[in-house]
Amino acid sequence: MAELTAVLASTHHPFYYKATTSPEEQRPPYAGAWQRKVEAYRATLTAAEPDILVMVGADHFHQLWLDNYPQFLIGQQEVYDATFYNEEREFGIPTFRLDGEVEFSRFMHRELMGADFDFAVSHELKIDHSIICPIITVRPDADLPIVPIYTNIFVPPLPSPKRFYDLGRAIRRVIDAYPTDKKVAAIGTGHLSLELGGPRQFGEHGPDPLFDAAAIEWLSTGNAETILANVTHETMSQAGNATHGFMDLLLMMGIAGEGEHADYVDQLDLFHTREMYMTWYPNRNQQQKEAAERAARVSGASLGPIYAHDPVWDQFREGATA
Amino acid sequence: MSIYFVNKFLYTIDRSPEWVAAYKNDPRGSVDRWEEEVGQWLQPAERTTWLSFTPDEREALATHDYVWLFEHGAHFFLNLTLFIALYDEEYAERSGPLSFQREMADKLSPWLGQEYPSVGL
Repeated sequence: MAELTAVLASTHHPFYYKATTSPEEQRPPYAGAWQRKVEAYRATLTAAEPDILVMVGADHFHQLWLDNYPQFLIGQQEVYDATFYNEEREFGIPTFRLDGEVEFSRFMHRELMGADFDFAVSHELKIDHSIICPIITVRPDADLPIVPIYTNIFVPPLPSPKRFYDLGRAIRRVIDAYPTDKKVAAIGTGHLSLELGGPRQFGEHGPDPLFDAAAIEWLSTGNAETILANVTHETMSQAGNATHGFMDLLLMMGIAGEGEHADYVDQLDLFHTREMYMTWYPNRNQQQKEAAERAARVSGASLGPIYAHDPVWDQFREGATA
Repeated sequence: MSIYFVNKFLYTIDRSPEWVAAYKNDPRGSVDRWEEEVGQWLQPAERTTWLSFTPDEREALATHDYVWLFEHGAHFFLNLTLFIALYDEEYAERSGPLSFQREMADKLSPWLGQEYPSVGL
């Protein structure tokens, strides 16, 4: 059976590529610290030695559109082109060609259907930045075959948070049951509190830092019960109109498992949004443990949960003067 | 109610370099031409017979009025992305990075603390 060697849940930020590859004088002041954290995070995936990547993202109206928008979709192709014209234009992200793992996609589709997740399937899926951003950050060689899974975080009515979590649990069972001797890593990206195209966009911090504090604690402690009791479509909207991407992070937590503490947790206050980089090792070995420790020494990450009472969040609490 | 058609406009313009340039330079003329050449087509040989703009929607698109579009349920991601394509570069040259995005936020600031118009159709 396949061995799931790592689960990565992170925010995705399409500005990263340009911010860190521009000539020195054009780089924004935060680029250096950002790059250090991302490259440290990359080492947590490398230590998992994956052969196949199961990747979770959400098409941002690049291919999927309102004439026919699926709640959940899986790609089933030998090859995937990636990066749309308007992403090159806006973000400067390069194009990619990624190999697919067709047999695994077919198995995943069939098994998820059998578990009552009625997936749409695409045989001509082009990948957008929700999957290319993590390729750039954690596997820039783009040398591993992928099984891409898309979710609807964009077109109301959305599936419930519970549905995302349950889908993550189901994907874990399918990975564990896939007959192969290869190692699999699951990588999914979404958002903490985020505002796009609304009055809170591009502010000094993300739109709701205390939501971010709670979200990072809940995710990094595998606290499904508290998330499902507190997070609804409405509370996510209150935290920022594009916060629903949090549900893809919840899905990844579902793959890791209830109550599973993350092995590597990092975050960065990147003015208008907060970045988060989280890794679980389902069967952590010594090599992975040491890799996470080395990475954390560079990045300042935590080798376990970050709790909402951590002093890092004090500046955002009511009455704070910072 | 034709906010779907408004979204279709934003979506199909944004994915085409030629339409982005046309809509930047001649917004009113582009709206008319788009209805003929793109908007009413489902597929190359399949015409959608019942979609059209209201006068207010047409005017908002013809005047690049993204505040009106936000307030009437245009999808926030489409509304942001296309107007970034139209204005980001000239704003950034004049006033620095993200200055267009910040002006957009300012213009929408009366909505702070309120429930935003739904993007659900």
